[in-house]
Amino acid sequence: MTDFAPMSPAATQNRNSDVQKLALRWLLFAMLGLFALFYLMPLFVMVTTSLKSLEEIRTGSLIAFPRELTFEAWRTAWSGACTGIKCEGLQPYFWNSVLIAVPAVLLSTGLGAANGYVIAQWNFRGANLIFSLMLFGCFIPFQVVLLPMAMMLGKMGLAGTIPGLILTHVIYGLGFTTLFFRNFYVTIPADLVKAAKVDGAGFFRIFWSIFLPLSLPIIVVTVIWQFTQIWNDFLFGVSFSQAGTQPVTVALNNIVNSTTGVKEYNVDMAAAIIAALPTLLVYVVAGKYFIRGLTAGSVKG
Amino acid sequence: MAPILDIKNLYKNYGATEILKDINVAIEPGDFLVLVGPSGCGKSTLLNCIAGLEPITGGTIDIGGRDMTHVSPKDRDIAMVFQSYALYPTMSVAKNITFGMKVRGVDQATQERKLAEVAAQLQIEPLLNRRPGQLSGGQRQRVAMGRALVRDPKLFLFDEPLSNLDAKLRVSMRSEIKKLHQNLGATMVYVTHDQIEAMTLATKIVVMKGGVVQQIGTPAEIYNHPANLFVADFMGSPAMNLIPARTRRNGKALQIEIERAEGEPMVLEGEHSGELPADIILGLRPEDIAEAGFRSGQKVQAAECRIDLVEPAGADTYVVSELGGRQVTARLHAETKAQPGAMLDLAFDLGKVSYFAPDTGKRLN
Amino acid sequence: MVTWFENQIPKVVLAPSFVALLIFVYGFIGWTAWVSLTRSRLLPKYDLHGTIQYKKLFSSPRWDTAMENLLVFGVLFIVISMCLGLLLAILLDQKIRVEGALRTIYLYPMALSMIVTGTAWKWIMNPGLGIEAMVRSWGFESFSFDWVINPDMAIYAIVIAGVWQASGFVMALFLAGLRSVDGEIIKAAQVDGIPNWRIYSAIILPSMAPIFLSAFIVLAHLAIKSFDLVIALTGGGPGYATDLPATYMYAMAFSRGDLGQAASSAMVMMGVVFAIVVPYLYSELRAKHD
Ligand SMILES: Nc1ncnc2c1ncn2[C@@H]1O[C@H](COP(=O)(O)OP(=O)(O)OP(=O)(O)O)[C@@H](O)[C@H]1O
Ligand SMILES: [Mg+2]
Repeated sequence: MTDFAPMSPAATQNRNSDVQKLALRWLLFAMLGLFALFYLMPLFVMVTTSLKSLEEIRTGSLIAFPRELTFEAWRTAWSGACTGIKCEGLQPYFWNSVLIAVPAVLLSTGLGAANGYVIAQWNFRGANLIFSLMLFGCFIPFQVVLLPMAMMLGKMGLAGTIPGLILTHVIYGLGFTTLFFRNFYVTIPADLVKAAKVDGAGFFRIFWSIFLPLSLPIIVVTVIWQFTQIWNDFLFGVSFSQAGTQPVTVALNNIVNSTTGVKEYNVDMAAAIIAALPTLLVYVVAGKYFIRGLTAGSVKG
Repeated sequence: MAPILDIKNLYKNYGATEILKDINVAIEPGDFLVLVGPSGCGKSTLLNCIAGLEPITGGTIDIGGRDMTHVSPKDRDIAMVFQSYALYPTMSVAKNITFGMKVRGVDQATQERKLAEVAAQLQIEPLLNRRPGQLSGGQRQRVAMGRALVRDPKLFLFDEPLSNLDAKLRVSMRSEIKKLHQNLGATMVYVTHDQIEAMTLATKIVVMKGGVVQQIGTPAEIYNHPANLFVADFMGSPAMNLIPARTRRNGKALQIEIERAEGEPMVLEGEHSGELPADIILGLRPEDIAEAGFRSGQKVQAAECRIDLVEPAGADTYVVSELGGRQVTARLHAETKAQPGAMLDLAFDLGKVSYFAPDTGKRLN
Repeated sequence: MVTWFENQIPKVVLAPSFVALLIFVYGFIGWTAWVSLTRSRLLPKYDLHGTIQYKKLFSSPRWDTAMENLLVFGVLFIVISMCLGLLLAILLDQKIRVEGALRTIYLYPMALSMIVTGTAWKWIMNPGLGIEAMVRSWGFESFSFDWVINPDMAIYAIVIAGVWQASGFVMALFLAGLRSVDGEIIKAAQVDGIPNWRIYSAIILPSMAPIFLSAFIVLAHLAIKSFDLVIALTGGGPGYATDLPATYMYAMAFSRGDLGQAASSAMVMMGVVFAIVVPYLYSELRAKHD
């Protein structure tokens, strides 16, 4: 490790510490590399397995490259694999997830922005209490609302429907989206609102002209966070959907755990990658914002 | 003339804490009112109340002869410059300045004309297309001023607009604001905790402490006749010397006795017609204590004092001596021969003296 | 009056969310709490019968296993993720050029669904064709790695997958924390000749105490809510060997048709979460108000 002693020792010692430094550096890279392998291995195995034939899977090694590339498993996973009785692949469920995630993300982000703006900049008596209640709401295990929500959706005629799932995701996502926006907006000096008020702007004008243009980073963070949460959700999906409305995670689980026929590991892996693709894509394209969302949500809590 | 701003019996509470207590201030058109006081005394709060940004707990605020107590900020015909400048970060300088007009639906041509006027006045034409983030502190300050000037309001409100600038810039902006005030003939309310700013800019000063007005007056009144010990101590730099003393009557003459660090107490002849308590605090500004022989006047009296400290400050030299148990500063001419540890005859100008009651702090003369 | 109306706008904007919060969060918690005190089976009944559901719950061996598993899983998952995350963050903080790429690699599992993670690891740890088979094919015939189907070890298999998924997130948290330490303090320490490891142990890590806390809270929260991972990896099996409270609750609610048990187990889960989270949130909110 570097030693910044102002009175530097003799030159020989310097050379020694240079060698030591170099060795440490190599050790550092070796460790980082090993960990990288650990994190990459499952993805690698998933991809290679999905490109192998069942025959090759049975005879070859887990981590071997495919001898012969075949996309058969992908085709089956997308449009032919069985989720229970039906055998139409992941495709319909993938679109279900899109139909659920897109409106739910947009609604919860919009509402979160409005709520965060009110709580951070228009503090009225009780606003902080509401915020605390929302914050606690973020942390409840959803199991505790699962039963009444199922009944409520039934009463509203939304049981087993996609709008029902959208509603569920919006409501239980609000706490976090509000938290994100609130934490972002409290860092904006209150003088800004005051100046705008003196300039004659009202509640909505101030939001639209001053806060919204500032919010792009937090909007991206929130959208990514919500999209990941909703796309990856399983609990609500499995509890509140029925045969035709299941999201992709539920369908994936059904494919993997369906007991009929031969176990097609390559199809399982292809299906898993398909289900993971949208969030992985978001992560690769906007990883910076993904990380920011994760850390912003918990560092500043 | 009718007052342009008239604040009567204003109270402001945050929850249970009283922040402003019974504020009464009125100013005429063209006045430059400075609110001054230590940090946390409620200056910004008062300014926000005037602007309508904070609801008030009691009292009334009239602006331009209209009761504005419950009117929202945008209808009060005011403009405000904030300590943090509060420039809209995503808008260009030009947009920042014209935003208010845009909100009010002023037509494009007028907007552009006024923008050009103000930009020329403040010499910020080259900056118009920049974002606030790309400006220096001084430039931001100008833009904030521009945003206020373009409104042409009845009343300008400034909340410590110079406190984020470096010392040199502060002095030059100070004179610019003064010029602006003279050229526009506008009415301004200006918050600062810098008493030099207060003295140089104001036509009228309000000194506050703990949410209570201590004194209202012209800079000269405040400086020469502070209403109490707080004002005396707060205004002026170096601060006014506040020397504990005893009084006694010798026939008609008033004798003031001050302890010296060594030797006999020093006795000065005062002049005051009314009654004075036995113990008082005597207030004298450093410039009212000079080297004997360099100050003449009817009420100048000399006494020998021991000099503890000599601080040359260029144009003047300050010397410190202990009187009445306090460090007393005198402002001498630059070429003084004063030596630390030596005795020196100091001349006290009792024509400028203030007397205060030690218990209440109130002025007695 | 116009100003009065203007003043109400923020409240009006917040109102729908507030109402939703009251009904869908607090109202529903109340409903679950109520039902947990009744004899509800397939359908909810509203006559209170004291704590019979809780008595039944705590005398159920399956619930016992679930709580035990939660303890084992929770402790290992949190401790390993924290240590690994911190280690990775410190290693990454050594001014290396490929930091961006490595960070991306360490963190991507966090973007995956737990179902995907479970599916992948189930395949990797599959004894017949996964790691076990691979190592055996290298010549270590006696090598055995059958955790996913071994009732005694299956819970550790879940820990592995969980750590793989979440440790990158802890790394990101800590890295952000390391970066937010005031650079001047570090420079001052370097000028004073304090060695790097001392700077970490004496200056940087202590200043990250709040981050340790938030990482802990988030991980604990993840652990208690874990449901998907278990479903995908072991389905709660073999037998009930990897049941967690979340899977227990789900089974009672949707396959056993025992609402009373489902409600009471959900309430216990919430109790555990709040025992951890409430003090944290309370101190956070207090700190903000000061
Ligand atoms: N929103 C608020 N809620 C409660 N108390 C407040 C609030 N805003 C200000 N205060 C209190 O009111 C008092 C006056 O504050 P104010 O900002 O007016 O002081 P100031 O004179 O402008 O000080 P400074 O020179 O530091 O700007 C302070 O004690 C402050 O703590
Ligand atoms: Mg202030």
